[in-house]
Amino acid sequence: MRYKLLVNIAVALSMARWKQTLVAAVGVTFSITMFITLLGFMNGLNDMLDGLILNRTPHIKLYNELKPSLVQPVQLASDYKDHYHFIRSVKPYGGRLEIYNVNPIIDAVLKDERVLGLAPKISTQVFYTVGSVDVAGVINGVDVEAENNLFFFSTYVTSGNYIDLKNIPNSIILGKAAADKMLAKIGDVIQVTTVTGEQQQLKVVGYFQSGINDLDKVQSYSSLNTAQKLLGESRNYITDLQIKLKDIELAPAMAKEYSALFGIDAEDIQTANSQFETGSSVRSTISYAVGITLLIVAGFGIYNILNMMIYEKMDSIAILKATGFSGTDVKRIFIMIALSIGVIGVMFGLIFGFLVSSLVDQIPFNTAALPRIKTFPVNYNPKFYIIGATFGIFTTYLAGYLPSRKASKVDPVVIIRGK
Amino acid sequence: MSDKVLEAIKINKHFAGAQVQHVLKDVSFSINKGDFASIVGKSGCGKSTLLYILSTMDTDYEGDLLIDNEPMRLKTEAELARVRNEKIGFVFQFHYLLNEFSVVRNVMIPGLKLGKYSEKELEDSAMEKLKIFGIDDQARKMPNQLSGGQKQRVAIARALINDPLIIMGDEPTGNLDKKNSEIVFNLFQKLAREYKQTLLIVTHDMEFAQATDHVIEMEDGRIIK
Repeated sequence: MRYKLLVNIAVALSMARWKQTLVAAVGVTFSITMFITLLGFMNGLNDMLDGLILNRTPHIKLYNELKPSLVQPVQLASDYKDHYHFIRSVKPYGGRLEIYNVNPIIDAVLKDERVLGLAPKISTQVFYTVGSVDVAGVINGVDVEAENNLFFFSTYVTSGNYIDLKNIPNSIILGKAAADKMLAKIGDVIQVTTVTGEQQQLKVVGYFQSGINDLDKVQSYSSLNTAQKLLGESRNYITDLQIKLKDIELAPAMAKEYSALFGIDAEDIQTANSQFETGSSVRSTISYAVGITLLIVAGFGIYNILNMMIYEKMDSIAILKATGFSGTDVKRIFIMIALSIGVIGVMFGLIFGFLVSSLVDQIPFNTAALPRIKTFPVNYNPKFYIIGATFGIFTTYLAGYLPSRKASKVDPVVIIRGK
Repeated sequence: MSDKVLEAIKINKHFAGAQVQHVLKDVSFSINKGDFASIVGKSGCGKSTLLYILSTMDTDYEGDLLIDNEPMRLKTEAELARVRNEKIGFVFQFHYLLNEFSVVRNVMIPGLKLGKYSEKELEDSAMEKLKIFGIDDQARKMPNQLSGGQKQRVAIARALINDPLIIMGDEPTGNLDKKNSEIVFNLFQKLAREYKQTLLIVTHDMEFAQATDHVIEMEDGRIIK
């Protein structure tokens, strides 16, 4: 009953200045709309850019790195054990890039509960023969199916069918930029030369476009078998094991663990691509900052309008207090006005935010670098909606709090006697 | 007389400023149930100041104030608001009606705040009060459609809605022309005589004061008669 009366009065007061009330609500709506759109768009963009690299990067890569001998001859001499060693003369040797005992390692990794999957890879340098010129390149021999399951290989194959790589012997999927340079069409046969001088004819079955042009100029894909044949190596020849984990956060710890366990080099995704995470978090922070600034500006709007309302309705406040409304009652009335402006503004803001996001989602966005992307990317994570709503209502409450406190402190004697 | 509705005991008030002014000096008096009392005095003698202290709206004073034999001194702001709501009705020089609400709604608001009666009962009682004052035909209008005299009558009806122990008026006819002053004055008379309503009216209109039962005359912060 008593609350109903307070609500009645709050409604009457805000309706008396409905235009201002509307402007205040529109301010909140606008800022929430922008907040949602901005964050959705920014994060969509982040996801896309992260996906560009992170989707295709193994969480842990096991490989053998070429490096100089850890123990230099001088260290073996017991006479100089305690001395500082300047003489380091034994250069890297052997150059065996393949992983020893690769099959037991694969079995062991696949048994690990934390591992989502594993894709073996052979990475080898080649020269593409273009007319009379040789162009340096890299051929990745991959297990086509595992590569597709774990690293979405097919999405980057823009022409041709990725599975042909497995089904057609001696086939290659060329980077789009490399293919353009070689004038190689699908179905053509190109010639590559390995570092050891072997020459091989490979049939082009598709183009590959990663979104990073420099990469596409160099990289090509073939099946594991083709790569092994190209190198003249046995079926056990594998240079990299790419591991994808269920939880990406475990990568650094597990990389160390595998490195110690199998006695090979292991690199985790965080170390390899730390700059991407930094970029993403900076972009997110900026969009949050802009969004929250908008909300605060809207909060000032509400603050102003309530302040004005209080000055205008001083008489009404005075008589309410004279006839038995306490300061708390008056405060509640004005908080209610602020909160209803906030709640209504936020509600429409969320709806409009969603609509504008979907609109942005429809805007064509064609770029040669990103063949998969046809429109602007938008992330519809409900998290942004919840943060927007919570912060919007919180801001309006704060904006309402100070003027309401002022209203609650209005001294009726001063107002009434002042007449 | 035992039925003291209101009692002031040695009330003193100072206005702080560059120079502290002593505006009320040991003011003591009481109002009994059914009294029709008036406070008169020259402008600046402290009569309005006294009324606002008696109304509990001004709490910055020394001395004691009893309303319905209850001391007001140590009550909180919310408790005082409750006392004003339940036991005191106000009529000011200016009507202070809420322009956002209809006439009958304006009359009902203090009753709704008290929450003792249902909305329906309050509406009936508000209509009844408006009828006594001959303005029940204006009940559905908005206050800004009424004349000054009518507005003041609505304000009196509002003061009566919770059947208060006492009605306090601060120059209730001060803003009205001769004719409307008379109407309002007659209404106060009617309330005092027919309904035995306790009234305390501050005025500088001697004619008005002469017609009341009990005239409190003030000069320079003291009661002289």
